[in-house]
Amino acid sequence: MKKILALVLVMLFVLPLAAACKKDDASKPDVKGEGVMTHAEYIAAALDTQVIIETYVQAKQSWWEDKATVYTQDKDGAYFLYNMACSEADYAKLTPGTKIKVTGYKSEWAGEVEIIDATFEIEDGNFVAPALDVTALLGTDTLIDHQNEFVSFKGMTVVASKGADGNEAPFLYSWDGSGEDGSDLYFNVSLGGNTYTFTVESYLCDASTAVYAAVKNLQIGDKIDMEGFLYWYEGVNPHITSVKAAG
Amino acid sequence: MSRRIKRLSLCLAALLLLSVLSGCHGSRGLPAFEIPASFDDGRPIEITFWAKNDTNKTQTTIYNRAIEGFEKRYPNVHVSIRLYTDYGKIYNDVITNISTGTTPNVCITYPDHIATYLTGSNVVTPLDALFADPAYGFGGSELRFDGPDADEMIGKFLDECLIGGEHYAVPFMRSTEACYVNVTMLESLGYELPETLTWDFVWEVSDKAAEKDADGVYLANGQKTMIPFIYKSTDNMMIQSLAQRGAGYSTADGEVLLFGEETEKILNDVAAHTATGAFSTFKISSYPGNFLNAGQCLFAIDSTAGATWMGSHAPHADISPDKFVEFETAVLPIPQADPAHPKMISQGPSVCIFNKADPQAVLASWLFVQYLLTDEVQIAYAQTEGYIPVTRKAQESAEYRDYLSRAGEEGELYYDVKIAATKLLLDNIENTFVTPVFNGSASLRDAAGQLIENTAKSVRRKETVDDAYYAKLYDDVRSLYRLDQLGGRGAAAGRETFGPLPATSVCLLSGIAAVWIAMGAFLLADRLRKKKSARK
Repeated sequence: MKKILALVLVMLFVLPLAAACKKDDASKPDVKGEGVMTHAEYIAAALDTQVIIETYVQAKQSWWEDKATVYTQDKDGAYFLYNMACSEADYAKLTPGTKIKVTGYKSEWAGEVEIIDATFEIEDGNFVAPALDVTALLGTDTLIDHQNEFVSFKGMTVVASKGADGNEAPFLYSWDGSGEDGSDLYFNVSLGGNTYTFTVESYLCDASTAVYAAVKNLQIGDKIDMEGFLYWYEGVNPHITSVKAAG
Repeated sequence: MSRRIKRLSLCLAALLLLSVLSGCHGSRGLPAFEIPASFDDGRPIEITFWAKNDTNKTQTTIYNRAIEGFEKRYPNVHVSIRLYTDYGKIYNDVITNISTGTTPNVCITYPDHIATYLTGSNVVTPLDALFADPAYGFGGSELRFDGPDADEMIGKFLDECLIGGEHYAVPFMRSTEACYVNVTMLESLGYELPETLTWDFVWEVSDKAAEKDADGVYLANGQKTMIPFIYKSTDNMMIQSLAQRGAGYSTADGEVLLFGEETEKILNDVAAHTATGAFSTFKISSYPGNFLNAGQCLFAIDSTAGATWMGSHAPHADISPDKFVEFETAVLPIPQADPAHPKMISQGPSVCIFNKADPQAVLASWLFVQYLLTDEVQIAYAQTEGYIPVTRKAQESAEYRDYLSRAGEEGELYYDVKIAATKLLLDNIENTFVTPVFNGSASLRDAAGQLIENTAKSVRRKETVDDAYYAKLYDDVRSLYRLDQLGGRGAAAGRETFGPLPATSVCLLSGIAAVWIAMGAFLLADRLRKKKSARK
């Protein structure tokens, strides 16, 4: 009887503690391991220097020949991992929220700041970033501070895209309409008189995904809300992962 | 039949079965293609065409128009197109589909890639017999369109499709690399544009253009971003530099000569000028054209097939219009080691035909490939970029000569930088070269570029680049691309000499011979015995 009572007491003590710990994963600030940079230190690091970070997988873009391209984020900002060394078996383990420690080199390609030539190890911890609404930051110099983060855009209007053949359409397969089903989708959305080009990157969201189908169904004039990753290519070029009618 | 003979027969049957089974192993491919006596237009034939475009809508429109024109002439043939923008992706998909027997019928590709496809049995159709066929070959009597005769194909380009002495592809378009120069910036630095660029000149001017003031602003352009010299394809950079210096890259039969003294000298140049901030690559920084058009690059080396992305008024652009700056663009051959003997790469898409169980499908594929060589397709496609047609018939046509004469006229079609890039190649066809093709040559090409990429990255990361560095780099690259497994394995996969028979085969064949000899001896002995009995 004493044993049972002791067990119950232990359980009563441990369970709330475990629940609190789990909750803390999302609410507590990141405590970095030894030798690991904070996001601010990563931002301050010079290009072509070695960086060591701890971050959480948000979305996987591609895997090919033992190289993975992954969107990741900690509680302070994002890190785009380009062609990181990764076996196919390890790639399967990189589910949204998975914590990883990454060692690589900070680099910039066409305006996109990323980590290349990286290796990683999986650590304990889990965090999935909520989408940050950056609609009001479009066209401002501060938008780039959120590069690669999971973000949302609200109440934007689909405007015509013009293909190389001069025809107008709500979206194009590839940048000039030269692609086909399965290619990247390009579409224009406007807000406050400014027009921006958004992309459904076919490696990140292929033709079988809901967002791919949703963009194919867009009509000029539709008002939409979107979520995606704030990718950069010679300027802001969001990689959209969800589209729905503006709420 | 005596028991002894029965036993011998059983042994023989077993040996024969074994030999048949061992013959089956590894040769599950299709039978070799044989040209049908006539094209069957009485039943539907489906063919698939995997095509590569430069993310260019006009090019995809031309492919579709070619299909329409072909299907009009051969109504029973239906061509389905699948579009790619990357040779590497086509290569990967073809490799995957060879194992499942689902290759396309017709495919745009590089000869380097075909060498790998040929490792299978009868996977790719050899074309020499088709070329020469009186009815369906070049200029054949039964063609329903005006294609080129054999002597109207540019021989140098056709030879690029030879693998192990046999043609496995035909050229579709040809391009080379060009150096797109911001002449305005060059002159502002106190230099004059020479007739031929040399490496020494390009390095010297690039170092000068990399100078900054105390605030980190480049003196050459007044901006905080400047990469004076950017190379798009570093594998080409290494291959052409070696060829210009007369140094080895590989032998025709696949022996790797890449890791020689001249390679280290080239890498030393790369290291030195990366250190000054004068040099970078596409893989490290981005497309040369983006920097060139923004006034952030002096020498941009890219394919002539990328000419529409180059210059102040480039019709195609990835940067926003406000980033463009105004400057004069010159289009010159790539820098040379010996200007008196210029050397530059010949590149561009070729077309191969995959073998199929239905010879009529292969014949239909060949007819379609020839249709891609008609003036209509050749001229239209060549005009989309700095490509040149691969037939003399198209190159010498009035329509094409007129096009070339109208550089600078209104509209994208006559974009002057594009036509200058085209003329560069037309004037230098005899100065172009290709590297040997063998199973593994695609990996060797990747390795050549990787040497430059790694060296440039290491310098940017402040690593020490010295003899020890190169020794490790060579080992790493050899291992990464498995180059140690290539050495001299024969000119082409599928065309290899097979060497002495393995011991098991020798045993098997000897066994068969021994059985036949034993059977013969037994029969002879039996007959002699019967004769002796008869005499008794």
